[in-house]
Amino acid sequence: MIAAPKPDLVTVNIDGVDIAVPKGTNVIEAAKQLQKDVPHYCYHPKLTVAGNCRMCMVEMGMPAVDPATKAPVIDPATGKQRINWIPRPQIGCGTTVAPGMHIKTSSPMVKDAREGVMEFLLINHPLDCPICDQAGECKLQEQATGYGRGYSRFIEEKNVKPKRTQLGPRVTLDDERCILCSRCVRFSKEIAKDDVLGFVDRGSYSTLTCHPGKKLENNYSLNTVDICPVGALTSTDFRFKMRVWFLKQTNTLDIESSVGVNAVIWSREGVIYRLTPRRNDEVNDTWMSDSGRMLYKQVAAADRLAAITVNGAPSGLDIAINAAAELLKAGSVAVVGSGRASVEEQFLLKKLAEQLGVSAALVARTGQGDTLLISADRNPNVRGALVTGLISALPAAQLTQLAADIDAGKVKTVVSHGEDLLAAGLTAAQLAKVSVIYLGTHANATSAAAKVVLPTLHTFEKAGTFVNQQFRIQTFAAAVPGPQGATNDLAVLSKLVVALGAPATASDVQALWPALAAAVPALATMLYKNIPETGLLLDATPWASLPFVEGETLKFKPVASALTT
Amino acid sequence: MPAPAQSRVIFQHIDEPGYTNDLACYVRHGGYEVLKKSITRPPADLIEEVKKSGLRGRGGAGFPCGVKWSLVDRKSGKPIYLIVNADESEPGTFKDRYIMHQDPHQLIEGTILSCFANNVKQAYIYIRGEMPEGARILEKAIAEARAANFAGPNILGSGYSCEIYVHRGAGAYICGEETGLIESLEGKRANPRIKPPYFPAVLGLYQCPTIVNNVETMCHVKVIADLGGEAYAKTGTPGNTGTRIFCVSGHVQRPGYYEFPAGTITMGQLLNEVCGGPLPGRTFKAVIPGGSSAKVLRFGERYKGKRKVGADMVDYDWGVEDVPMDFDCLAMIGSMGGSGGVIVMDDSVNMVEALANINAFYQHESCGQCTPCREGSLWMKKISSRMVHGQARKEDAALLKSVADQIPGRTICAFGEACSWPTQSFLIKFKDEFETYAEVKKTLPADRLALV
Ligand SMILES: Cc1cc2nc3c(=O)[nH]c(=O)nc-3n(C[C@H](O)[C@H](O)[C@H](O)COP(=O)(O)O)c2cc1C
Ligand code: SF4
Ligand code: SF4
Ligand code: FES
Repeated sequence: MIAAPKPDLVTVNIDGVDIAVPKGTNVIEAAKQLQKDVPHYCYHPKLTVAGNCRMCMVEMGMPAVDPATKAPVIDPATGKQRINWIPRPQIGCGTTVAPGMHIKTSSPMVKDAREGVMEFLLINHPLDCPICDQAGECKLQEQATGYGRGYSRFIEEKNVKPKRTQLGPRVTLDDERCILCSRCVRFSKEIAKDDVLGFVDRGSYSTLTCHPGKKLENNYSLNTVDICPVGALTSTDFRFKMRVWFLKQTNTLDIESSVGVNAVIWSREGVIYRLTPRRNDEVNDTWMSDSGRMLYKQVAAADRLAAITVNGAPSGLDIAINAAAELLKAGSVAVVGSGRASVEEQFLLKKLAEQLGVSAALVARTGQGDTLLISADRNPNVRGALVTGLISALPAAQLTQLAADIDAGKVKTVVSHGEDLLAAGLTAAQLAKVSVIYLGTHANATSAAAKVVLPTLHTFEKAGTFVNQQFRIQTFAAAVPGPQGATNDLAVLSKLVVALGAPATASDVQALWPALAAAVPALATMLYKNIPETGLLLDATPWASLPFVEGETLKFKPVASALTT
Repeated sequence: MPAPAQSRVIFQHIDEPGYTNDLACYVRHGGYEVLKKSITRPPADLIEEVKKSGLRGRGGAGFPCGVKWSLVDRKSGKPIYLIVNADESEPGTFKDRYIMHQDPHQLIEGTILSCFANNVKQAYIYIRGEMPEGARILEKAIAEARAANFAGPNILGSGYSCEIYVHRGAGAYICGEETGLIESLEGKRANPRIKPPYFPAVLGLYQCPTIVNNVETMCHVKVIADLGGEAYAKTGTPGNTGTRIFCVSGHVQRPGYYEFPAGTITMGQLLNEVCGGPLPGRTFKAVIPGGSSAKVLRFGERYKGKRKVGADMVDYDWGVEDVPMDFDCLAMIGSMGGSGGVIVMDDSVNMVEALANINAFYQHESCGQCTPCREGSLWMKKISSRMVHGQARKEDAALLKSVADQIPGRTICAFGEACSWPTQSFLIKFKDEFETYAEVKKTLPADRLALV
């Protein structure tokens, strides 16, 4: 792994404690390193500083120097250099650290300023928390508890603004709750590069709106909901469905491309309500696409496979495994793996292929990259298949070799891990010539034609790892149980491997890892439980010359471009 | 002591019979002679003259012009822009408009000189949106000046080229705040920028170093280039050099604009002698000395302290009438010289109603970016408006003051001060009127102040 260069450090004093922070750090971030919370609304670490909410005010001073000689001025009382405190509060978000800077984050001046801002923010706010979706994750609510008066001095009429504007297909706006922090405006302009939001009217009547004739409909629109500190922007999909404090949070990954966006699944009693991004500065900052979030709907889709079948008739797991093993033992087998399967599943599938003496194929899934967080490779884990050795070359979209082998009568049985063989280029006639053992989550033409159907789990229902386009191995965990009748892919695969004569094989991720690490050079010395939340970069040199399809995205520059040009 | 005589330098030709705003008239009166003799000098000399002159900006803050120019980042390699702030919107201020309407070439000559001094190739005159006539006049004057080679390419054969463009403002008071102005000139909403990092001298228009100066300031530069900095500084008093224009409005016999050597006239002389005193049967009650955002002065109050005169510290003990009308003395007594807009109120004025009017203005003009100003200005307006509509409470006086106290020093731009100083000062100086307003209101005709 490559060590990051040591940043230039600047020492500042916050509430009496000296701390060295990298040059360019602002006061909010510096204070955070000392576990000091500087409350803020408009500041967002991944957006430009607007400095408009004025909640983050701190008291600031600089060491005194003699104007003529530049010599430090010493305070005789303390023997230390005197500090010239600025008589008005400064904004923490817009103040960059300087050597010797002194900061007070909770002096009377600071408290007074904060309480003033808090009161101002609340006077025209509807205070409709009981019916507001943001309740429980609202910064206004949180900070009102810390800095509010607890009663109102405001007896005037509150401003009236539009209550439910559809800004686009996925985002609803309540202007009365908006505190005009401009985070959503800056996000749209700076990150999504879709400058459609802005304010009309002036002063306290300022109203967030979409440019006339335009909509907030880019594929990143839901990030505005995440970063809106109040309940002004809500997800049309999620709103009014569930109180957030009832929801369990489980770490997962975006499964729509090889970017490997870090995400969180929010679920309750086995039902997923939403997906939101999880910060990873090396992968996705704090962002995630709308399309990736909506994939949770696959989990409870009507076409989920839940019945184990053999020859179309309902069956039990062991009977189906035996039926599959019979087919496999007869020989002439082809194995089709999946770029959507986890590293662990790919490892077991590779074992199976080895037992059968064949090499596996994978189906490529590509599309236009969006240069942000969706890459051209729409499989989340092709690199996992390379790392585990399931494949050694990049996959193609069409299984032409398999088609030819079927036509030539060389293949009689196909094991497909979730791939629809028709979609991957086989004809119905070719499909009819072979016996298919299908492990998958959703019904399709292949599962309909399969001899043995073994329903398995969706990513959000199981644990495992993916290797993203950076060769970063990242983990995901099970958020909800799978449908009754579905079996964890690892369990199915290990049973098949055992049925073909291998000794008992671990069927859960943790237990499988020692064997995995021992067999896979790139993962040697690693343990599943030691993979940090932000992932680990693997040594990618063995695959450096492969013509990967990804172009540039938010945190990724293809290496290949340097080689080919 | 009698008032000094007016000394019209900037307003020399304003309202002069027969003086027209075309180039020929300007040239007949000696126009562009200063440009002719200055354009052969090293530009740095002109900056030096401006520094020596002690000229303080006439846009409101009184910031030394020479210092402003020396802060400009000249090493960035980026072009330097100059913007003439012609947004004149502070209530009570009406001087720039007369310059532009009646003597536009004076402004153009001053602007070209300032551009030449600072190696500026492109200047903008950002004129208040509500002054279409002024914009037309300036457009025509610039065309004339270009045709005569006083502006545009290769000015007077010097090899120096400079274009001036007129930009009509977006119709809001906040467009006059220099960084709001820059945003507006860039085609955006006039939201003032945070400083740091966006100091115009470093990251101004299009993120290039930029000088923003008031219309009148530009005209003074022409006078300085003509006389030299030292000679210019002989007019006025140390620290307040040159002449100062006062725009007097309200309850005096002769409202209007008057120009005097800076610091040489007192408030009493200005109002009583120059402006003819109060209206018949009336007495002065209050005066706002520097545009509506300046803190109000109450007739009858005394200001005491020590001040520097030359090298000595001397005691002063002034009534409103005794205060010399310069930046420093007005600041000393807790108000400001600001834009020179002197607003006079006599004993017919109810201070609650006067403040309700001012609050309505500032509430309407807050850009709305930062919380204290956005919410505070509207809250103050709602309170004072409710009061004048018959719902005043005794506790509103304390509430108004407390709301105002939560604004200044905590905002992005100086509008925070502008909108809170009136309320703060009215409540300090006329608190009783606010506390008793509920009673007074009952004796007033119901249809007063339909506006707010
Ligand atoms: C709210 C606000 C409004 C302002 N409006 C004007 C204006 O209309 N005209 C002006 O010259 N300066 C105005 N200013 C001052 C400008 O920001 C700036 O200081 C000035 O143009 C600098 O010119 P000077 O140095 O020549 O005075 C305003 C300032 C604030 C805070
Ligand atoms: S909608 Fe939310 S994010 Fe956007 S400006 Fe309002 S409060 Fe800020
Ligand atoms: S102080 Fe007022 S006018 Fe200035 S930026 Fe803030 S809201 Fe806008
Ligand atoms: S976080 Fe809003 S002003 Fe700093």
